[in-house]
Amino acid sequence: MMSIRAVGLGAPLRQAMLSRALARSPVVLAKRNVQTESQPPSAAIDILNKQRLRRPTSPHMTIYQWQMTWIPSIVHRMTGGALSGLLYGFSLAYLVAPGTFDSAHIVEFVAGLPDVVKYAGKALFAAPLLFHSFNGVRHLSWDMIKFMNVKGMYQTGYTVLAATAIGTVGLVLM
Amino acid sequence: MSLSRLARSFSSSAARRLATPVAQKPVLNKEFKIYRWNPDEPATKPTLQSYTIDLNQTGPMASIRILDALIKIKNEMDPTLTFRRSCREGICGSCAMNIDGQNTLACLCRIDRESGKDTKIYPLPHMYVVKDLVPDLTLFYKQYKSIKPYLQNPNPPADGTEFLQSVEDRKKLDGMYECILCACCSTSCPSYWWNQDEYLGPATLMQAYRWIADSRDTQTAERKEVLQNEMSLYRCHTIFNCSRTCPKGLNPALAIAKIKLELAAE
Repeated sequence: MMSIRAVGLGAPLRQAMLSRALARSPVVLAKRNVQTESQPPSAAIDILNKQRLRRPTSPHMTIYQWQMTWIPSIVHRMTGGALSGLLYGFSLAYLVAPGTFDSAHIVEFVAGLPDVVKYAGKALFAAPLLFHSFNGVRHLSWDMIKFMNVKGMYQTGYTVLAATAIGTVGLVLM
Repeated sequence: MSLSRLARSFSSSAARRLATPVAQKPVLNKEFKIYRWNPDEPATKPTLQSYTIDLNQTGPMASIRILDALIKIKNEMDPTLTFRRSCREGICGSCAMNIDGQNTLACLCRIDRESGKDTKIYPLPHMYVVKDLVPDLTLFYKQYKSIKPYLQNPNPPADGTEFLQSVEDRKKLDGMYECILCACCSTSCPSYWWNQDEYLGPATLMQAYRWIADSRDTQTAERKEVLQNEMSLYRCHTIFNCSRTCPKGLNPALAIAKIKLELAAE
């Protein structure tokens, strides 16, 4: 059977056997209901446009491999947003209630927290700040056409990650 | 009976003709999960369909390159599987698709035989799907056309011969003219995913710079002028997915950075 399939004789053989079986059987098989519709050539664009409306968008973010390229880029944007949000939030809070949100009160509030919260909070501030700053320098160097190739992208990427890690540990221990 | 003997004589392999038996290669099953969507059943959601082939029981080609595996699946398992392909040697750009999370040409992409993991194949990301692995590239080609990708020079040489160019000027085009417009880079770019209606994308921008950088072209100022807006060029945030994914090893990110620098220096 394998060899018959290999030379593509399977279909004609089956057909021959089927027609023999049909000739013998008294039952008449139902006609297959396949209908074709003839269309003028001018209908092509209408059919195409109807199809275009229903086309799905292929998957993107969820299936793309995580790379040193776009993941740090997203993180850069998120840390930038978070840091500026914090700056504006704090400034507005100071405007609204200067008595509550001045330096003295903040220092007093933080001093009363347990050590674990203090270190975790410091890391939470230090890591985004350092990553965003170092990666910012990376972007400035690219704008000056330095490290502007895939190898340079990886080298500077790992450098930024290492500097962020070391710097965060340093700032937390300060 | 004579028919089956005839069939056997057609399909006799080299191994069968040898007098001494050849050791059978061990079974090496590889699972391919392929994105399927059929325009004739538009209400059915796209699905991943699984095909398993024994890499040791294929021809020498289908065990190595993704495209040959796809052709084997289409020929022997499921003729409805739809994808574009032509040259099978990385020069036509037809078989661009997303393989294991990266955009590349199926004909240049090797099958991962070692890890035992399945290989997932999707169409190019964030494009309208015509069918299965075939994306609609209409907009991509329109964008390419919009940058006037041809030599513009109203003053041809007086002696009627070709435009001359110094060796150094010609060198500036290296790494750009080789682009085959497979759309791998543009469809790998997150900025292009979100803004492809206005942002030109890395492939088109690199070709825009290919003509800006050409010493024989006199419309440099006009070419720069059309890019001088918020969307066409400046949606590039130097993410680098384009250069990372280019199956031809080109660097669209560099070309775009050079356009930005030249526009800033004006």
